[in-house]
This record gives sequence, C-alpha cells and structure tokens, in this order.
Amino acid sequence: MISGLRRQRSLHRWEPRAEAPAWRVMLVTLAAVGVAALVVTWVFVAYGVAPGEAWATIVRRTLLEPRGLSETVRKAIPLLLAGIGLLLAFRARFWNIGAEGQILAGAIGATAIALFTELPGPLVVPAMFLAGMLAGAAWGAVPALLKARMGVNEIITTLMFNYIALYLVRWLINGPWKARSATGFSYSERFPADAVLPTLGATRLHWPTLAIALVLVAVVALLLARSRFGFEVEVLGRSPEAARYAGIDAGRVTLLLAALAAGAAGLAGVGEVAGIHRRLVEPTQLSLGYGYAAILVALLARGKALAVVPAALFLGFVFAAGDVMRVSLRLPSQLPDVVTGLVLLLVVASEPLTRGRWVRRDPAEVAVAAPVAAPVAATVDEPAAGAADASAEGGG
Amino acid sequence: MDVDVLVVATVARALAFATPLLWAALGEVIAERSGVVNLGVEGMMALGAVTGFAVAFTTGDVWWGLAAAGLAGMAGSALHAFVAITLRADAYVSGLSLTMLGLGLSALIGRAWVGRPLPDPMRTVDVPWLRDLPLLGPMLFQGQYVLTYAALLAAVVAWALLFHTRGGLVLRSVGENPTAVDAAGLHVRPVRYAAVLIGGLLAGIGGGYLSLAYRPSWGEGMVNGLGWIALALAIFAMWHPLRVVLAGLLFGACFTLAFRLQTVFPPELLTMLPYAFTVLALVFTAWRRGRHAFGAPEALGRPYLRGER
Repeated sequence: MISGLRRQRSLHRWEPRAEAPAWRVMLVTLAAVGVAALVVTWVFVAYGVAPGEAWATIVRRTLLEPRGLSETVRKAIPLLLAGIGLLLAFRARFWNIGAEGQILAGAIGATAIALFTELPGPLVVPAMFLAGMLAGAAWGAVPALLKARMGVNEIITTLMFNYIALYLVRWLINGPWKARSATGFSYSERFPADAVLPTLGATRLHWPTLAIALVLVAVVALLLARSRFGFEVEVLGRSPEAARYAGIDAGRVTLLLAALAAGAAGLAGVGEVAGIHRRLVEPTQLSLGYGYAAILVALLARGKALAVVPAALFLGFVFAAGDVMRVSLRLPSQLPDVVTGLVLLLVVASEPLTRGRWVRRDPAEVAVAAPVAAPVAATVDEPAAGAADASAEGGG
Repeated sequence: MDVDVLVVATVARALAFATPLLWAALGEVIAERSGVVNLGVEGMMALGAVTGFAVAFTTGDVWWGLAAAGLAGMAGSALHAFVAITLRADAYVSGLSLTMLGLGLSALIGRAWVGRPLPDPMRTVDVPWLRDLPLLGPMLFQGQYVLTYAALLAAVVAWALLFHTRGGLVLRSVGENPTAVDAAGLHVRPVRYAAVLIGGLLAGIGGGYLSLAYRPSWGEGMVNGLGWIALALAIFAMWHPLRVVLAGLLFGACFTLAFRLQTVFPPELLTMLPYAFTVLALVFTAWRRGRHAFGAPEALGRPYLRGER
C-alpha cells in the first residue's frame, strides 16, 4: 500500500537563507495581525454587533481616551516583564512555558513581605520587589536545573509548575493567609499603605513597575548587543554544537537565563499584587493569562529586546480590547484568548516564509535527476547552516 | 481480604481516572513515533470535550457526541500538521498555539452549555465473560465505561500496528530517519500527516470521555492540564503503547490513593498532586536513562526538508 506512494520530483526548489530581511518579517507579522483582526470582525458580525461601530468603540476606549490608554499600558506591564524574560530564555532554546506560575510565585513572595514583616516604610516596596524576583527565579530555576543536569523536558515541567503555583496560591488564600473578613471569595488581608505602589493620577497605572520593566528591557538590549554574556547567548541559540567548541558552558548559561527570565516574571507578579489588587487574590484574577500571552510577546519580538516594547503594547491592547468587548459590547470574555492563540498560530505559520523562498528549478535538472539520487545530490549543494553562521557572525 | 478489596477498588478507580490520559497519551505516542511532537493535546482535548458535549446535547445521542469529539480533535491536529509538516514551522510553538487556540475556542463555543448536565450520559457496562475472572474481573472489567475498555484495546492495537506491521515500521522509520525513508522512495509527509491526525482523533476521544462519561457536563476548566500530563505520560512510557497503560494505571493509582488522605490534607494541596507527580515521573525517567534521551524517536521535533540533514 505504502510503496504505491512513489514521489515525483517537484518543479520548485526551496532556497533557505540565513537572515530574514527586516521588511519581510514586518510585513508577515502585520499580515498575521490583519488576519486576526478580520476574524474578530467576523465574530462581531456573528454576534450581531455592527463591526465599524465596534472597532470605533474599541479604539476610543483603549487608545484615545486617557483612562482607556492607561489600561492598555497597565496590561502591557506584566507582558513587558515576562516577555523580555522569555525572550532571553527562548534565545538559549529553553522553552519556558512557566511564566504564569513564576508571576504567581512573585506575588506570593511580595505578599509574604507585605503582610508578615516589620520593615521601615520606605524599605517595604524594594524588599517586595526583591522577594518577588527571588521567588519567581527560584520557581523557574528548578525546571532549569532539571533540564541542565538531567535533560528533563522543560516544556512539561514549567507547565506543571504553573498548576502547582496556582493551587499553592489557592491554598494560601483559603488556609493560612486567609483574611478574617473573607467570606465567599477568598483573599488575603489587605496590604498596609507602605506596601502599595503609587499609581499615575486616578488611573491604575502603577508606574514604578513600568519603570522597572523599561529599564530591564534596555539593560537586556545592551547586554545582548555588547557583553560577553550576550555573545554566549547568541552562539548557544544559533548552534549548541558551536557553543561547545567555543568553550561555552551551556548548562550554566541556560540556568542563568532561565533564572533571569523567571525573576522578571516574578517582578510582574509583584506589580500585580502591590499595584492593582493590594492583596493576594484568586490566581486566575491575579494573572489573566499574562504568562501565556508573554510567549507571544517574546515570539513577536523575534529575539530583538527592544521589539518587546511594541509587542507587549500590542498584547496590552488585545487584553484591554477584551475588557471593552465584554463590558461595552457584551461579547464573550474569551475572545482575547482566541485572538492570542490565533495570532500566535499565524505568526509561527508564517515564520518559514521569512526564512527562504521557492525558486524554479532548471527544467533540465528536473528531467535528468533520478529519484533515488535526489537526496544525496541535494545535500551537497547546501552548506550546513548552523555552525558556519554562528562563527561568522559572532564577532560583535 | 480487606487488602484485596482496597487493591481492587484502587485499580478500578485508577482506570476510570486514567482513561482520558490513556487515549491522549496513545495518540501522542503515535504522532511522536513519526517524529512530530504535538503540544496541542490540551487544546485538542478541550475541543473534543466541548464539541462532543454540544453534539450529544443537541442530538441526544452520546455516540454521535463521541464521533464529533474525535473529529474535533482531528480537526485541531490537522491545523498543527499543516503548520508543522507542510509549512515546516516550529512544531513546539505550533502545538502551543493549538493549545491556546483550542482552550479559547472551546470556552467560546461552550458558553451556552456551561452548568447544564447531559440528560442522557454514557452508561457503565461490564465486559461479558471477562467480568467473572477472579481479581482481574472486578479490577478491570466491571462497572467502567465502554471507552475505558476501548482504551485498553486501543493500546494493544497500537502496539501491534506499530511493532508488527509494515506500516508501523514505516511510521517509526519516518520518526527515526526520514532521509533514509525518502531515499527508499517512500513519502515522509503523508505518513507524518496520518500519525498526527490519528493522534488528534485519540486526544479528541479522550476529551469526549470527560464531557460525556466521566463528568457529563461542560466547564472551562474541564481538561485542566490533563493534556499536558498525557504528554508527560508518553515520555514516561518511553513512547511504547503497552507501557502507556502501565504508566497510566500507576498515575491513576497514585491519585486515587492520595485522595484517601482527604481528611488529613486540604483539598487545594491534594489537587496539586497530579502535577507534582508528573514532574517526579519525568525526573525518574531522566534519571533512569541517563543524560541521553534514550528511546526518543531520533528525528522528533525536526521538520523534514529533502536535502537537509
């Protein structure tokens, strides 16, 4: 049966290239976003909402009105922090899907400081950020250690740690940390005034976290472009083989990157509890899936640290638009999840388009080549990509 | 005497709990044996669960619901197959986006059915003859859903097909060394497509078990990480269908026993156990096989492009 499936030589040949041109990446990304926007428009029609009016409402309430704009930026904060972390992790091929759990771990760390220590007033917030970062980093370091030392699949362990963190928070707010006043919904005691972040005017934009996020993005951009560490990350990401020849300790770099990434997500968790909820709350309200959306932020940025800013703002817009759809347009609250998944799928599907192109074969080549000889012949005219690239471009 | 009763009850409960894991993990074993990793299991199970429930609710027939559940899982996997095999995009990210899309879509589709019980859910049955076996009868062949018995059968069939037929040999070869299969004049991609689609079908059935039999209802948190646990199970079983059954029973037994501690531990900590146990199982697998991924298909996760090594 299967031997009947003899193949034919195709008329086109795939020609890969080392570096995708920036305009092409941009175009493909915008096309992916455009398709997602079309799908949303279709959903508007399906739910009997006039699409033009709906889009106008969304744009006005998320971008044009000051309050709406502040909500968009506020939702971009955790995405910025978790996103820049994941960008680092992904560059070293550490598939951290656990930002969501690391955000929750950071929130737990911050809550422990806010509720159970007697620090002098001005020290409380810095201590909370520090504790949140360490808690997040510890939460991410365990899967990283297991991966680096034993080769345990990090995709599954980081994901399992998300669930473990979720139930840990749920246990804390239902058990040892439960507020005395809490009936029905569970949450912790309210943070004291010293442990609450200032916000911009009457909005919910907790600017200290935003400032930390922007500084972190700048530092990572600098680190990747100028330092020895950045070089090691670059080589490791392009070819683990080349990294080994260059004497780079892959385990150490992976561990460091994973801890950094998880620490950044932990900071995001601090911002959410100290800036918005002002107490430890139900985990699905604490992080609205920011950890998963941050994966898309990192992938949209395609390895470029500064590109995390527009990518996070875009997803902040998607989240804020979701609120508008739910509250003003009475559309289902699950739409942003669908949009996030769809954009992710479209972006990953269109990725190969940026990496090469189909070229027409010489007709003579098609006619002459014997089927069995084909794979051998094709391997010869194509140099091994990975190792050669890394050593050629590693100078900077 | 008492111990017998405990063991029998534990295995029977474990089997009921493990059934969706078995379906999904068997599907993933087949897909991964062909070299295509699919992280979309969670999404495919959610799509299967919601579609199965919707169709069973509307038609009043759980078997139509089950068919729809399988097809929904398959449709999700077709998306992944197209992106990962034809477009040769990153299979990990593609599967991940399938999970996000599947969870979002199923929540969107299922809004109308949240909190409504299925009027005519799947019923438990006994297996004739086998039910009368001493010990094994009450453990495996009494009071379970047809889907549970079918999962055991599916594991044996998958094992026979994978390891004792020519088609299975081709499938495994595609996962180990696609270049050699190509050089032998066989097509790589149709084989991978078939494996991924079968994987989706089985994951969808696993989702259908949840919404049609195990908890005949629909809610957003229904799959709740079972798809990811199934992925871990495939690794833990080292990509072998029969070991999937043993591993699934072991998983199920651990959770069942843990839930007997309900009086001692708070419920949130008990709910945490399956996920913690999954991590431990992966650590154990890694420790047993050393640093090299022994047993994993050689070409796992790598798209095939003719002429590329």
